[in-house]
Amino acid sequence: MTGTVTASAGTTAPAGAARERPRGLRSPRTRERALELAFLAPAALYLLLFFAYPVGKNVVMSFQEYTTRTFFTGEAPWVGLDNYAAVLGSSLFTQALLNTVLFTVGSILGQFVLGLAIAVFFQRRFPLSGLLRSLLLLPWLVPLIVTSAVWRWMLDQDNGVINRAIGALPLLDARPGWLTSTSLALLAVVVVNIWIGIPFNTTILYGGLQEIPEELYEAGSLDGATGWTAFRHITWPLLRPVVTVVLVLGVVYTLKVLDIILGLTGGGPANATQTLSTQSYELSFRQFDFGQGAALGNVLIVISLVFAVVYLRANRRAVDE
Amino acid sequence: MTETTGRSAPTTSPEPVVAAASAASPLARRPRRRGEHGWGSTAVGVGIIGVMLFPLYWMLNVSLQRSSGAVATPLLPFELSFDGYATALRDQSGNLLTSLVVSLGAVALSLLVATPAAYALAQLRIRWAGAVLLAVLVSQMVPGIVIANALYSAYSDLGLLNSIPGLVLADAGLGIPFGILIMRAFMSGIPPSVIEAARVDGAGQVRAFVSVVLPMSRNALITAGLFTFLFAWGDFLFALTLTTTGDVRPVTLGIYTYIGTFVNDWSAVMATAVLASLPALLLLVVAQRYVSAGVTGGAVK
Repeated sequence: MTGTVTASAGTTAPAGAARERPRGLRSPRTRERALELAFLAPAALYLLLFFAYPVGKNVVMSFQEYTTRTFFTGEAPWVGLDNYAAVLGSSLFTQALLNTVLFTVGSILGQFVLGLAIAVFFQRRFPLSGLLRSLLLLPWLVPLIVTSAVWRWMLDQDNGVINRAIGALPLLDARPGWLTSTSLALLAVVVVNIWIGIPFNTTILYGGLQEIPEELYEAGSLDGATGWTAFRHITWPLLRPVVTVVLVLGVVYTLKVLDIILGLTGGGPANATQTLSTQSYELSFRQFDFGQGAALGNVLIVISLVFAVVYLRANRRAVDE
Repeated sequence: MTETTGRSAPTTSPEPVVAAASAASPLARRPRRRGEHGWGSTAVGVGIIGVMLFPLYWMLNVSLQRSSGAVATPLLPFELSFDGYATALRDQSGNLLTSLVVSLGAVALSLLVATPAAYALAQLRIRWAGAVLLAVLVSQMVPGIVIANALYSAYSDLGLLNSIPGLVLADAGLGIPFGILIMRAFMSGIPPSVIEAARVDGAGQVRAFVSVVLPMSRNALITAGLFTFLFAWGDFLFALTLTTTGDVRPVTLGIYTYIGTFVNDWSAVMATAVLASLPALLLLVVAQRYVSAGVTGGAVK
């Protein structure tokens, strides 16, 4: 690491300085500084190599014709904005963008509302609540691809347990093809993603709820604020910072989701569940057009960034007012 | 399940202390909370958790039955069969081992990189600390597919495709930002006077870090390590994109390959799924307090 090199250089540097003070003033301080940087250097290097470099490389690739041929010849001709034109002009883009928005909004809405409801419920004190709360974490901790596999079998049209449950209902005689019908697949994928996200939302929101001083509720109840009124006027405003964190993280993570969709539907049927993320994977690793995949990936980054900035700004303004 | 008390709950920082402690045990800190509710609430709670855990029950149920490709699985495994596990172990034990090696490697590497950085950001006055911290946060917004896209060509040039070190390097990246954030939060809570005292006694910067800060931060290190393990173990994207042959294949990719084609043996798939979920279950049982601390601390992630 560069830090260590400078450190050893620092110790040997000014021989004259050593006479003025027992161990010199400048050299130990330089040494100290260098050592401090050395603590940070590996992480900085890592961030550069595994986050900054890929983003930069992706930007470069998006202006190149980067295909399988590139790996043999090492040539990636510049094509200007062709990749962006191809990607954004494709009819698939509109659908993938719409799917991404629906998937993200649907997932976040469901996770947040249900997660908050469960968190509020667990504010009650009752036997075994601690045990139940920790069990709730399990769906969030198992690998996503496991989740996909399990739900895929549960949602199976003919033998899945969901359709059997529906079939057992007296009035319904339907076997919806949850993952095979173009009109239902996106909904099914959203439901699965909601299931995955509830534990995280519940846990963070529960933590936030616990931070609200009990005295406020006592004072509120004296003024007649109980139940919904108390939630509306005491809980919600005080929970706001935690809500911001949960929502921003939720959206940023949901935009990136790939595992669940690939595992459940692979983007199909007929692109009904294709999102920007899966489409980017499809372009790069199935069609081996890395340039176009990179271009779409960059679009995804921009959307993510714009959302985070706009939301955080709007939120700050709302808090100020 | 280790039920912790507020005092012994591992904490990620003075602020999350409260959150983590109360998350670990509602009894510990707040004596009165919205009145007492009895077993009626417990019943509702069991109902909620029952619904939430049903898919996992179903996974276990299917895994314990005779292969059920064409017939509906009974609600309970009346006829226990371990055929699924036999198939799973035959097909996937190598993949499970790969996952284990990669995950442990990722944990070691990410702790090695993240711990000193967390300390530097928490305790040392470094000019670029703010920029590094911001970079860590922004790095969380970069989609995995973007990273994979660029890493694929770099790995191809470096000969890191289809290799354990390649996956370790990529997976460590899943844990490093989280580790830095969670350990920095904890280390900020260490009083500077403790470290100064060690320095006055003649310990160098490195010595103070190793023999004072590290032991004090044990819990945060465990939490960071556990989560890096879970991230690496569950990683699918890097496994999918950075391997092209079957030589090095983590179990997540094994499951994907299973379900990628027409499945006629769901019990084997579910048995593999159960095996792949074991680390999560194990951690929740033996290290629940660290997991709670991690999720709560994960809010800063």
